[in-house]
Amino acid sequence: MEPDKRINIKGLVCPYTFVKAKLAIEDMEVGQVLEILLDYEEASRSIPNSMEDHGHKVLKVEKINDTDWIIQVRKERD
Amino acid sequence: MEFTEEQLQRYSRHIILPEVGGKGQKKLLNAKVFIVGAGGLGCPVGYYLTAAGIGTIGIIDNDNVELSNLQRQIAHSVHTLGMPKVESAKRTFEALNPDVKIIAIKDRITKDNIIDLIKDYDVIVDGSDNFPTRYLVNDACVMLGKPLVSGAILRFEGQVTTILPKEGHCYRCLFEEPPPPGLVPSCQEAGVLGILPGVIGALQATEVIKLILGKGEVLKNELLIYNALNTTFRKVKVRRNPECPVCSDTPRIKELVDYSEGYCALR
Repeated sequence: MEPDKRINIKGLVCPYTFVKAKLAIEDMEVGQVLEILLDYEEASRSIPNSMEDHGHKVLKVEKINDTDWIIQVRKERD
Repeated sequence: MEFTEEQLQRYSRHIILPEVGGKGQKKLLNAKVFIVGAGGLGCPVGYYLTAAGIGTIGIIDNDNVELSNLQRQIAHSVHTLGMPKVESAKRTFEALNPDVKIIAIKDRITKDNIIDLIKDYDVIVDGSDNFPTRYLVNDACVMLGKPLVSGAILRFEGQVTTILPKEGHCYRCLFEEPPPPGLVPSCQEAGVLGILPGVIGALQATEVIKLILGKGEVLKNELLIYNALNTTFRKVKVRRNPECPVCSDTPRIKELVDYSEGYCALR
C-alpha cells in the first residue's frame, strides 16, 4: 500500500521512536497511512503495540534487510 | 509551532500518553496559569506546572523567605533567605525549565489589583493562607468566569476543590462568609505537617493540567479532603447554591469585598 506520509527514524531509540511516530500520525487525517522506517529492534515491537493501544490499525511490520524495519499504520481516530 | 529536539526529550513522557500527545503538550505550552501565594502550596504547584511546561506562570506573594518556611516551601532554600518568595521561586522554576515564562509579583493581592492581575490568565490557583484572600480570589474568579483550583491546609488535613463559575459550585456555596477572625487557627498558630502542602499542591497542579487538556474529571461540585494522619481521602459532594451571594443568577455581592480588617496574619 502506498502510504500518505513516510518518516525515517533510523538511529532513534525508545521512547523517541514512538514520540516521533505519534507526532507524525497526530498531524494526519483519519484513514491515512503512515510508513515508519526504523532500525531499533525493540521499537519494531513496541511501536505496533503502542499504536494499537492508541486505537490505530497496524497494517504491516516487515523486516526489509539486516538492520531495518518498515511499519505501516492507518490512523483510526484523532 | 514545532517542538525543538530538547522539548521532544523533555516532554516525551507526556507526548506518549494518549490523553496528552503532541497536541496536549502544545496546549500546556500555550497556557497561562496564575498562582496566588508562593508558600507551602504555591511552591509545589508552580514547581510541577513548570516541569509540565506550562507556558506562562504568574505568581504573587508579598513575603520574604524565612528559615521557618523551609520545612515545607520547597522552592526556597538557605541560599534565598531574606529574598522575596516570588523571586526565590522564579529562580528555582527557571532552573528546572527555561521554557517557562515566570512572572513574579511581589505584592499583596487586593480588591483593587486582583482583576488586572488575573484577567489574562486561563486558570487561577489559590494557595493563599488566609480567608480574606480566599474569598477575594473566589469572588474575582466568579466575576471573571475563570476556573479556580483552590487548596487549603492545616495540621494534618488538606482540602482541594475546583471551581468552574456558573457550571458548578463556588467557595461561597460551601461557606457563605469567612469565619470571624481568630475562630479558625492559622498554620502559624496550629502547625502543619511539612509534606501536606506537597500532596495538596500536587493535586491542585493535576487539576490545572486536566483543565488545560480538557481531559478527565475535575473536582467540580466536590471537595476532596485528605487526612495525612489516617491516610484517607474523602470526597464530599457540594451543590451549587441557587442563592449563593456571589455565583447565583441574582448575586447580592457585585463588588469585591476586603475582609482583611481584623486578620492579624495579613502582612
